[in-house]
Amino acid sequence: MSPTNSIKTFTIDGKPVSATESETILDVARQNGVNIPTLCNMDGLTSTGQCRLCMVEIGGSNRLVPSCVSKPEEGMEVTTESPRLLKYRQMILELLFSERNHICAVCVTNGNCELQSMSQRLGVDHVRYQYLNPQFKVDGSHPKYEVDHNRCILCGRCVRVCDEIEGAHTRDLRNRGINTLVITDFDGPWGESKSCTSCGKCVHVCPTGALAEKGKSVAEMAKRRQFLPYLVMRRKGASK
Amino acid sequence: MKKETKKDKKLRLATIWLDGCSGCHMSFLDIDERILLLAEKVDIVFSPLVDVKEFPEDVDITLIEGALGTEEDLHKLMKIRPRTKILVAFGDCAITANIPSMRNPFGTEATLNHVYLEMGADRPQIPTQGVPPLLPRALPLHNYVKVDVFIPGCPPSADTIFFALTELIEGRTPELSQMTRFGA
Repeated sequence: MSPTNSIKTFTIDGKPVSATESETILDVARQNGVNIPTLCNMDGLTSTGQCRLCMVEIGGSNRLVPSCVSKPEEGMEVTTESPRLLKYRQMILELLFSERNHICAVCVTNGNCELQSMSQRLGVDHVRYQYLNPQFKVDGSHPKYEVDHNRCILCGRCVRVCDEIEGAHTRDLRNRGINTLVITDFDGPWGESKSCTSCGKCVHVCPTGALAEKGKSVAEMAKRRQFLPYLVMRRKGASK
Repeated sequence: MKKETKKDKKLRLATIWLDGCSGCHMSFLDIDERILLLAEKVDIVFSPLVDVKEFPEDVDITLIEGALGTEEDLHKLMKIRPRTKILVAFGDCAITANIPSMRNPFGTEATLNHVYLEMGADRPQIPTQGVPPLLPRALPLHNYVKVDVFIPGCPPSADTIFFALTELIEGRTPELSQMTRFGA
């Protein structure tokens, strides 16, 4: 096989598949009906490999790779499910729960939350780590929306959709590691933001109840994501 | 656990609530007439539903609702664990500390001051007589003892509870991930 060949053939869980040059392992898995768990990934936004849930095993290597930002290589043997992967994925979810104050029973997105449904899917029925119970403020200064950092999993979707789709780049991340915080402009109140267009895209891509519309009570905040593929499609159309 | 249960002998079931709202027990009662089916298989030897004061020895299954919120809760848990074969964390408070844990980021002193002194009561005072001291943080049961089965939900549905109990009575470990979740 020539190294310049633009189509890569490889296997996912033993099944032969092929990828074009631009496709990641996650893209190809989805095309072939393999549902790799993800939280930070979102169709239409740049993949960043932040949440690490989509880690997969590569035959002949001990290292796990995040499938959303990894390109397949010719002859690669990808495994998407194993006891080892499940163990790490469960650990990731448990650590997310322990790092903030996720209390599903009183959350606006109860029943519509990706952290919650992913825990159910991966069989996380308790958290083995000590809850850190940090003190986070709720920013309710915006007239339409609010941010509750207690429920944030730092997936960065809000940052990316604001930058890449809305073009405002109102949001970003400050600090590092466990102290990372999603901020508005230069870490000011959302309601005083000069750059925010109040479009609400960040609210609707947020996988948890961290970003929500004001006035929603428990379990009332369902996210509407239909806009994203539509906007991406229009953008692609315009650039041709 | 199967070997020890004789078919003709009823299992001994206990239920208790600690730092919880009794919602899980309400949901338990929502199994309605199916409680008669349970009664054929188990004796309820300790529960808010029956009038027994002392937690008995040799309990087969204990459902514990609620988080560990006070020293009394912890004392009860430590008594229950050696006396029960299968300890079930019953509902989100027992598993995650849930609503009671919402005080955790602030600490007991700030919480008590806020609730009893700063809310405009007539003669504001923090109760000290006849109430157990709060633990510094409300915590899940498994932070202190081995928990055998987790039934998430706030509360778990009656169907979930009935299914879980039926499985446990038959000596199986209930697979609940498709039936319930945190906050269900």
